[in-house]
Amino acid sequence: MSDIQLLIDAVNKADSADLLLETVEDLAETKDRAAIPTLVEVLGFNNPGASVAAVDGLIQIGDPVVPYLLSNLDDYNYGARAWATRVFAGIGDPDALDLLLKAAVTDFSQSVRRAAAKGLGSIKWFKLPPEQIISAQQKVLKTLLLATEDGEWVVRYAAVVGLEALANTLATSQPELLSAIEVRFQELIDSETEVAIVARIKYCLRQSQEMSDDVINCSNS
Amino acid sequence: MKDEERNEAEQLTVEQAIINLRQKEDLGARYYAAWWLGKFRVKEPEAISTLLMALEDEQDRAPDGGYPLRRNAARALGKLGDKSAVEPLIRCLEFPDFYVREAAAQALEMLGDQRCIAALMKLLDGGVAAATRVPGKPHLVQPYEAVIEALGTLDATEAITIIEPFTEHPTEKVKYAAARAMYQLTSSDKYGDLLVRALEGDDLQLRRSALMDLGAVGYVKAGNAIAETLAENSMKLIALKGLLETELQTKGQKISQDSINIMNLMDSLL
Repeated sequence: MSDIQLLIDAVNKADSADLLLETVEDLAETKDRAAIPTLVEVLGFNNPGASVAAVDGLIQIGDPVVPYLLSNLDDYNYGARAWATRVFAGIGDPDALDLLLKAAVTDFSQSVRRAAAKGLGSIKWFKLPPEQIISAQQKVLKTLLLATEDGEWVVRYAAVVGLEALANTLATSQPELLSAIEVRFQELIDSETEVAIVARIKYCLRQSQEMSDDVINCSNS
Repeated sequence: MKDEERNEAEQLTVEQAIINLRQKEDLGARYYAAWWLGKFRVKEPEAISTLLMALEDEQDRAPDGGYPLRRNAARALGKLGDKSAVEPLIRCLEFPDFYVREAAAQALEMLGDQRCIAALMKLLDGGVAAATRVPGKPHLVQPYEAVIEALGTLDATEAITIIEPFTEHPTEKVKYAAARAMYQLTSSDKYGDLLVRALEGDDLQLRRSALMDLGAVGYVKAGNAIAETLAENSMKLIALKGLLETELQTKGQKISQDSINIMNLMDSLL
């Protein structure tokens, strides 16, 4: 029997929460595609520790996970769907874009909305057909701007992080959309009651300032 | 909340809650009304005065001899921010029911009035040696955890020498409450590090409670330990937000390198 099969068997045989966590961690570490079905199954076990380890492992394996997970999503197991959303957010494959757009503003769990908002900022745009990129980025922008109005601070914080990443992409693809983010950030600096979020926006603005300074420095030299 | 409770919550009004709390026939309705007034932050003078009456209640008795309505009334009064409750709550600290004393200490912490410091310190009489378990009960002789946390929040520097020995108490919750209070009172890293060590322990409940403590006191050096402990990201994010808020306040809202480090940790946990 192969090593990976031994690790899979160990997960299936685990008879305690601690043992499950341990065996899932070992399997996740392999980053082997053969581990995908087992790790996806763990997402439905309602064991938070093991699920975190499985999510990390699936994100590490990356792109090959996406088609499998999309076709094996258990619509009736909310917990499993929430963990799967985090996997999609971590991998950033545009095949899961519609799912993330929906999750970021409609999921009832704030931890899912927060993961989706962050994930929307780091979609791998190059994997999309070029003619779809423009409209997909506009949808993401609209959704993330909406997420900055979420009732939970942590979702608004994640939306800022998502917008920061999106802004870096837009700077080259559609710079004309950047002003919408700048305007919203300015509004939030004035109206947001959570100082942590205001600080995160200022940090983002400072970094983009430094980046544009670098550009000037380069062009001067 | 159970479905039936939710229905009741929707049906109750302020007037009805006060009426329910005043009557003496339906003990369940009284108990519920006291909780409801606190939960929905009903700060009207009539609500306060009725809750103060409930704090003297003799009718509602638990099988163990305790006073359920007094406990709920004390908890509610803590949430309502009315200083007229301070003296009555201080009197509750001498009451025979442990859980009334505990609720009163927590309420006094929330009210933030330093008049109660001496009475709280009195509950620590005898020090660690006297802080033993009551035979046959699931609690110690006094609500040490609540008392010590209140003294820390109330900035009771006069209690430092009395609280310090409790950082060695065999009950972990008491030990960490003392570490938290000592950090608040002295800003010494020694006590912040004690809480960080709790993040490395085997007990998930204690790790969670240490996360909340570190966030509440804003021990900025705990950032990496918070990000790495085994607990829900949601709780780690709340703790890190507490650190960030403290750091921003210390630096006059300027974004320091420590703030940036905390934000980077937060980003990685989203």
